[in-house]
Amino acid sequence: MSANKGPAISGAAVSFEGVVKRFGPVEVLHEVGFALEPGRVYGLLGENGAGKSTLMKILAGYERPTTGRVLVDGEEVAFASSRDAEAKGIVLIHQEFNLAEDLTVAGNIYLGHEPKKGWMLDERAMREGATKALSQVGLNLDPATPVKRLIVAEKQLVEIAKAVSRSARLLIMDEPTATLTPSEAGRLFSLIARMRDEGVTVIYISHKLDEVERITDEVIVMRDGRFVGRSATRDVTRHDMATMMVGREIADLFPPRERVDETSQPALEVGNFSVPGWAQAASFSIRPGEILGFAGLVGAGRTELFEGILGLRPGQGHVRLDGRDTTLRSLGDAARHGLTYLSEDRKGKGLHVDFGLRPNLTLMALERYATPLLDPAAERKALEHAVEEFGIRTGSLSVKASSLSGGNQQKLALAKVLHPRPKVVVLDEPTRGVDVGAKREIYFLIQRLARQGLAVVVISSELIELIGLAHRVCVMRAGRIVATLDESELDEATMIAHATGTRRDAA
Amino acid sequence: MTQPDADPATLTPGSRRIQNESSLLSRLSSFGPLIGLVALCIAGTLLNGDFAQPDNLINILTRTAFIGIIAIGMCFVIILGGIDLSVGSMAALIAGCVIMFINWAGSAFGSPLLAVVAGAALAVVLGAIFGLLHGLLIAKGRIEPFIVTLGALGIYRAYLTYFADGGALTLGNDLADIYAPVYYGSLVGIPYPVWIFLAVALVGALILNKTPYGRYVQAIGSNEAVARYAAVEVDRVKILTYMLLGICVGIATLIYVPRLGSASPTTGLLWELEAIAAVIVGGAALKGGSGTVIGTVVGAILLSVISNILNLTSIISVYLNAAVQGFVIIIVAFLQRGRR
Repeated sequence: MSANKGPAISGAAVSFEGVVKRFGPVEVLHEVGFALEPGRVYGLLGENGAGKSTLMKILAGYERPTTGRVLVDGEEVAFASSRDAEAKGIVLIHQEFNLAEDLTVAGNIYLGHEPKKGWMLDERAMREGATKALSQVGLNLDPATPVKRLIVAEKQLVEIAKAVSRSARLLIMDEPTATLTPSEAGRLFSLIARMRDEGVTVIYISHKLDEVERITDEVIVMRDGRFVGRSATRDVTRHDMATMMVGREIADLFPPRERVDETSQPALEVGNFSVPGWAQAASFSIRPGEILGFAGLVGAGRTELFEGILGLRPGQGHVRLDGRDTTLRSLGDAARHGLTYLSEDRKGKGLHVDFGLRPNLTLMALERYATPLLDPAAERKALEHAVEEFGIRTGSLSVKASSLSGGNQQKLALAKVLHPRPKVVVLDEPTRGVDVGAKREIYFLIQRLARQGLAVVVISSELIELIGLAHRVCVMRAGRIVATLDESELDEATMIAHATGTRRDAA
Repeated sequence: MTQPDADPATLTPGSRRIQNESSLLSRLSSFGPLIGLVALCIAGTLLNGDFAQPDNLINILTRTAFIGIIAIGMCFVIILGGIDLSVGSMAALIAGCVIMFINWAGSAFGSPLLAVVAGAALAVVLGAIFGLLHGLLIAKGRIEPFIVTLGALGIYRAYLTYFADGGALTLGNDLADIYAPVYYGSLVGIPYPVWIFLAVALVGALILNKTPYGRYVQAIGSNEAVARYAAVEVDRVKILTYMLLGICVGIATLIYVPRLGSASPTTGLLWELEAIAAVIVGGAALKGGSGTVIGTVVGAILLSVISNILNLTSIISVYLNAAVQGFVIIIVAFLQRGRR
């Protein structure tokens, strides 16, 4: 639509010259230097801890470089705050949301930039502007809705709408699709393409290499706080990108599948389970050693179905654990019956980030360490064991959980839900926001646990992950399990067709 | 005390300064209450020689006992992320009920000693019941702790005033004599209230640091959703914690009653301020998740020392005692900002 209009906004040209950033004794960026041209989409790649986020925070005014220079349109800049950067048209969309939960969508989009009529807020202009920004990101939502009522994917889109409404000249997106469904992501990609056509520079940070391949013009790779290379996207394969990021060959992301003993009694059987408003008449079963995937769009009711089964929400239906009929009233009940759950929301529900590693690990199985007083030595031993078994990389055992990288936090969260020694574990988005290397470790870990007889339910929005890992996949749409696919039927097209309902013979 | 803390920062090269400064700060802040207490004691001694007399110091500790015991219960509630504004009124009402009960039982039981013992037990039982009610309303009724305990604050004091008919409830003379040693008696030169304070502190520290329940309290205060998803029975822990505070108020009251042998509408006035101030001065974060029993004990003693110094010297009027405590709590909260 705007292609014939030509560049409406002149995008920002940026160059980094010898940027060094130290946090205390730790140097996280070592003389990073590269330049970006206006009106292009750049994929910024690197494993967690490679320094991408820090560099982008410097560009967007959240951090200052220790030494080195940042130039925007050829002029050296020293932003004192993100407001300064925004004044230059540089906007960073955070991985973690920066939304005021109690304000409306419109209020958030205009937060700090409210249009005014005299000394009063111009509510109508805000509503109209917000509606326009929301439609640009493909979100059909009343701008008067309070943000706290939105689901995670909608919040992400509101963040993007907020940036769009600020008429950015350079937009930095950090894992924007982590919570989006394929169709929402598709709309985001066309928005990015449109903005590029309008002349906006886009820096796109993502672990999803297929997306990077699809939407970027050029990829820039960072590793261990250094710039390691750049290349036109069309000249490199995903495999090349992954190799550049990790600095070594990734032989195979997924472990070989093990056979499941078809004769064994199901570890968990769920029959005709309904969660009012979220899931209807869901039935499935899983055997020891099996990895059962749950695919579906955001809002299809996957998380809610399991929250119902686990007693976190009101729900009705049959639950058989280990062949015995059971009603789970609470998570504590579930844990005592050998069923534990890893939430998709690591910081909000998964880990106490202000706590050390030890209390995090043992929280779900504390009774084991109380004789009757807690035995810190035994806890420490358990932590040492878990750090080794789960490959948690940490400088010291006495640090806070918040000081671990995302991937290592996730491994700790996994160790935590497995600590009560469950027979069935439900993992909700187990690799969200985790780099390729850590993903591979988590996949191998899940496979090893299954081989030891654990029944593993994996809820995931990454189809590749389910295809690579699961023995069978249940696909949910609008609260119903519309298909259960066997290993031989697992491919992206089939799963998307079932999840979106474009396949009529599905249900 | 400050010298060893200063060393690491001066020894390290410039590039490591920032990290060391922050760890130095956090270490200083954990010693902050103790440093403050020592500084105050030195100041007190310089201002008035009587301050350092053993009698005066023991007097300070004895007077700290009530607030200190309540503050230890309050410490749990604040770490949990809650608050209880009613403790002063609750203490007054419990004191009134206990006095009425003992006066009645003194004749009904036929044994004054038995009446006093039963009265003391009643104090703890009443505290537990009041705490249970708070906990149920907060955890099951889903009402903000601030509102529940603000309402209770008014209710308890009004009932005491009603029972006392606007005046005072007073223990019968013979009964008061039997009860008196609980406050005035001592063991190896240390008064009983101080021993009880010490025992409550030790048990409290043990519960907080060494039991699953204590860990759950910290986990809920740090992040309630994470605790819930980790299968912690959040409602039960909350109810237990408010009960624990109620029991502490009961214990504090049972040693307070023999001091004056009476309860009036001004009994326990502003104790909630002192108890909350002691916890915050002791380094706990009001948003929950962190705090220590030892810090709370130090905080409670520190507040008593301030009021004692005001009594001994004439720098600030003793009438401004609560104002000084108010300033202290605000200043400490201001100094803590960086850690939140």
